This record gives sequence, structure tokens and C-alpha cells, in this order.
Amino acid sequence: MTQFRTLLASAALAALAASAAQAQEVIFLSTQLRPIEEATKVRQIILKGAPGTVTFVVEEPSPFQTRMDAETQAGKRTISMVGALHGELQPLVGSKGLEPVDDLASKARERGVPDGMMALGRLGSDKQMYIPWMQATYIMAAKKEALQYLPAGADVNALTYAQLGDWAKAIQDKTGKRALGFPAGPKGLMARFFEGYLYPSYTGGVVSTFKSASAETMWGEFKALWAHVNPNSTSYDFMQEPLMAGDVMIAFDHVARLKDALNAAPGDFVTFPAPAGPQGRGFMPVVVGLGIAPGAPNRAGAAAAIEHLLKPETQVTMAKELGFFPVVKAELPADLPGGIKLLAEGVAKTQDAKDAVASLLPVGLGAKGGEFNKVYMDTFQRIVLRNEPIREVLETQAKALTAIMSETKAPCWAPDQASQGACPVN
Amino acid sequence: MQQSRFVPYLLIAPATLFLTLLFVVPLVQTLALAFSESGAPSLGNVRKMAGDLNFGLSIRNTFLLVLTVIPLQLGLALAMSMMLQKISRGRDLVLWIWSIPLGISDLAAGLVWLSILQDRGYLNSLLFAAGIIDGPTNWLSYEHPISLFVGVVLAEIWRATAIVLVILVAGLQLIPAEYAEAAEIFGASPWTRFRKITLPLLKPSIQSALILRTVLALEVFAVVYALSGRNYPVIVGEAYAWQQVNQNNGVAAAYAMLVMAISLVATLVYLRVLRVRPETQP
Repeated sequence: MTQFRTLLASAALAALAASAAQAQEVIFLSTQLRPIEEATKVRQIILKGAPGTVTFVVEEPSPFQTRMDAETQAGKRTISMVGALHGELQPLVGSKGLEPVDDLASKARERGVPDGMMALGRLGSDKQMYIPWMQATYIMAAKKEALQYLPAGADVNALTYAQLGDWAKAIQDKTGKRALGFPAGPKGLMARFFEGYLYPSYTGGVVSTFKSASAETMWGEFKALWAHVNPNSTSYDFMQEPLMAGDVMIAFDHVARLKDALNAAPGDFVTFPAPAGPQGRGFMPVVVGLGIAPGAPNRAGAAAAIEHLLKPETQVTMAKELGFFPVVKAELPADLPGGIKLLAEGVAKTQDAKDAVASLLPVGLGAKGGEFNKVYMDTFQRIVLRNEPIREVLETQAKALTAIMSETKAPCWAPDQASQGACPVN
Repeated sequence: MQQSRFVPYLLIAPATLFLTLLFVVPLVQTLALAFSESGAPSLGNVRKMAGDLNFGLSIRNTFLLVLTVIPLQLGLALAMSMMLQKISRGRDLVLWIWSIPLGISDLAAGLVWLSILQDRGYLNSLLFAAGIIDGPTNWLSYEHPISLFVGVVLAEIWRATAIVLVILVAGLQLIPAEYAEAAEIFGASPWTRFRKITLPLLKPSIQSALILRTVLALEVFAVVYALSGRNYPVIVGEAYAWQQVNQNNGVAAAYAMLVMAISLVATLVYLRVLRVRPETQP
């Protein structure tokens, strides 16, 4: 009898605790979907069906890290749940800002999150550190009026770097405008172009082939192509702006940073994969993950919110409203809005390209991710913008890269060949 | 008697406390950040800073900007304040209009100039309408370092000459009118009066204005960032990039220390060179 009573009491207590947890709000801090229109959609549409109160708060990547570290050091959590890029969640493992979410992993697998993506979510540990939330990638977009200048025999959906160069040159010859643009501004994602697109396409690797002979050829050709690139590219952060303003006609960028242009005038644009080089068509899928902070004020609520965000219907809504694509098994409806449809087409053409070479986001670099990107950006600046000799620059920048790799002991990631210990720089 | 001895200390206590909390403590922390690596004392961050691609360039650019902008601003502010002296009606209105840029944040000022100087900006619209150019012309890209530099200089002069002006105007009002009147009676020309009376007596104000302006100019960032992105690297811009983009706050702190050291040296130089002996003051 007493036993039964204890059981009943503890069940009641558990229920009470659970409902208290439900009633208490979950603060969800995200580095993604920061623009006010997107954040509003998350609050009003995406999180509408979530159990309990989920408060969606956004922060730029650097303040995000600072805030997470500050809460860890202070020992006082206000944030229960985080949403950020794979590379932004990585440093939180070292600074104890994430706790394992193995309890949510099996459900995510059941919903069809691919194993490779779940493996990324372990962030190099043997525990599930984040649950994949949504994905995106980088594609190219062009004004339809630019298509008339395509070189003879070139298929826009299967361009090579040489053809892209010829195309941009043809536009420059005919119109006098340098109409090709890259996001090489201070907040642009140009480093990812080198790491996930140019290097894999030319050398089949990113780190291990950094100063190889094929890398030397690659920089030479890219420098030649740059002659037809709009010089304002070193100020472009989001390519949707120069596309809309008509300053460029062809652009490479992250899908979320092309979206506004495509949504504003879906009829004016085409989307297609980035070009291919001798080793194939490099592309880099981007994964956004959801994690839970250790000592979260409302872990149960956060788990319930993650569960809600992974529902196929929520994922389809996110694609429709925000242009980030599902990680679970979900069929995209035929009635997608025009701009999003263009994005989805571009992504599908990129993933399904016969010669696609998928590159992972850098793995295992911890807090050194920023300096890793800097190696590629500095190399670009010196070779392309400052005309320094290619071989010499590759040799000195390789030293900086070697220092980062040996300091972090990060093994190679795809498309580099697997390595024992730190990824070698050749 | 006893009481009055403590009153001054009591009165400066809040300000001292405030500065200690919000300035000295972060300063010591920054110092610690700059000269340590993973908790141990080290010069690694300083070495990394000195070996950085943009290190020399950012120092060169910052000094080039300071050495161009400050003399121009001082000259302009002197001329403007002398002109103000001569105006009797509407003087306050003119002063008020001239000091409008003071009320605008530097990033906003940078954006104002960006809207003028960018490819499809007002300047190009004007030149196009006048038939001087036949399409969007690029002034601010890495391919045109000179026009980029001129753009930054223009924006800085527009934005920050007013602070020098306000200090000089205040200084001019402190100079007794008798000196100039006496000189005029003895037949001194306006130029001689300016050189022999106004300038020497204005020295303390010039000194404060120069110190303030130079320290601020060494920290120039937002205007440059708005106009050029990172096409014109400056020291504080590099500190920002190391903190925000490269996510290495040690090197960012080392850059911050560098700016502080340069500012301190500049201040000491001004204090020494423009020193005013008490007996030469009116």
C-alpha cells in the first residue's frame, strides 16, 4: 500500500514537474534566421505548434559564442536550446556549451535524417552533440538576360570554370560590364567557395592538396577569371543585393543569401550548380543543428521543441517560408513560392550532378575555424588582388595552415583522403 | 575645516569608481588577453599580429590617414573659427550648422558618404547628368586605391572637423580683445595679429584639440569600414576582423594594445611639443 502510495506520489510529482517544465518558457538562441522577417516567421509560423512557450532569440555568430561561454563560466543558464551552423556548434564542445542529446537521436533517425548527417552531429565525439535541423548549400544564380552570352556549346547546368570565365568575358566584351560577382566582402562567405567549391573541383582535396601543382594551376586560372569579376566583389556580403540592383548578372552564394533577389523577381532568374574543374564539381552542403545547453533551465521543453522542429510538416513549412531544406524524409510540395522553387531546383541540380564532389564543412578545428578560413582568404588576396607569385604565396600560407592543423590535430575530412592524425598539408 | 579636506575626494569618487570599473578593469583584462595564450604568459599573439598579412599595411594606412586628415582639419577649423569671429549676426546659427556632423555617429557618416560615392551614388548621378562619365564609375574598389583614400579622407574631414572647431571657438573666446586692439593701434596687419597674438594664445586649445582628434583618428574604423569594407585595412579594423571573423580574441587584444600604445605616444608628443609655459598665458 505504502509502495503504491509512493509510486502514485512520485508519478504525480513527475507529472507536476513535467507540466511545470511545459509552462516554463524555453529560450531558443539561434545564429540562423536573424533577419527580422525570417525571425518573425519562425516565431509566428514555425514555432506555432510547438508545445509550451518557445522564445526565439537571435544573435550574430561571435556574440553567440561569447554569450554561451559567459553563461558557462557564470554557471547560470538562461538558454535552453541553441540552433547554429555545424561550424558554430563545434567550438561549444570544447567550451562545455552543449550536452549530449542521444535521447533524441533515434527519433531523428526514424524520421529519416541521413546517417552521414547524424555523424556530423557527433562533432568528433562518441555522443550525439546536436540534432541536424535543416540544410542548405551554395548555388549560382543568373539573370535570364545573361544567358544569351553563354559560350557556344556550354550547358548552364553543367558549366566548367573555363566556360564561366568565357561567359563573363563575353558579357564584358558586349556590354562593358563585369557582371560576375562573388561574396568576398567582410561578411561574405567567400572562404567557403575556396574550401567547398574551387579547391575540391581542381585538386580533389582542400587541406592535403593545398599547395599541390594542381592548386597552382587552379589559382592561375582563377586569377585570369577574376579579370571579368566585378571589382566591388570585395565589398559584397550578400549577393542578392547586387543581383537586385543589377550590378552583377551572375553570382555565387549561399541559398539564404540569394533568396531575396529570387523572391523579388522569380521570373528574371535561373539557378544552376557551381562550375566543375578537372576533379569534378565541388559542392558543400551546409548543416544547421539544434543542441541543448548543459544545465538548461528547461531541458524537457527544449527536447519537445526539437521534436516539433523535426516533424516533416514543420520541415516542409521551413522550406516554403525560409528557403532552408528538410533534413528528414519529407516531400516538398509542388506549389512552392517562385523564389524558393528556384532555390530548390538549384540545390537539386547541385546534389544530383553526375560529377558532384561533396565537401564537408571543416571538422575538428574547434575555435580555429575562423583562422582556417583566413588562410584561404589571405591566399586569395595575395595571389589574385595583390599579384604576388603563386608558388611563393602557397608555400608561406601552407605554413600557417600546417600550424593550424597540427595545433588542432584535426584529421582530414572529405574530400581529402582520410589521415592518421593531423591532416597533412602538401 | 576638517570636512572640506575630504570633499574634493568625495566628489571625484563616483567618477573614479566608474572609470576603474569600466576602463581599468577591462584594460587589465585586455592586457592579459594580449600577452597570454591558453592561460600561460606568451608573446604568441603579438608574433601572430606582427606576422599578419595586413599588419604593416594597416599601420601604414592608419598613419597616412592621420597625417593627411589632422593638418587639413586643423587648418580648416582655424579658418572657420576666425571667420566666425567676424560674423556678428547669425553667428550661432552658422556654428550650429557647422557642428551638425558632431551629432551623427561615425558609421552613419560613413553610410552617408557611401551613398554619395558608390557606383550608383549621388556623385556619379551628378557626373553622368553633366556628361562627364557615361555610366556607373567605380571610386571605392581595391582597383582604385587613390580615389578610395580620397573618399575616406573627405568623409573623415566632414565628420570630425566640427570637434576641432568647437574647441578652437571656445579657446578664441578666452583671448582678451585688448591684445588685438593694442596691436591694431600699433599698425599690425591682420596676418601678423593672427600669427603673433591669436595663435600663441590659442596654443592650449590647439593642444587639446589635437590630442583628442589624433587619438580618435588613430581609432578610425566605422567610416573606413562603411566606405571600403576591408579594401583599406586600418589598425582597429584589423582588431575587429581578428575578433569577429577570425575569432581569435588574443590577437584582437594585441591590436587593441598597439592602438593604445600609439595613442599614448602621440599624446605625450603633443604635450611636449605644444607645451605652454604658465608665464606666457594671459
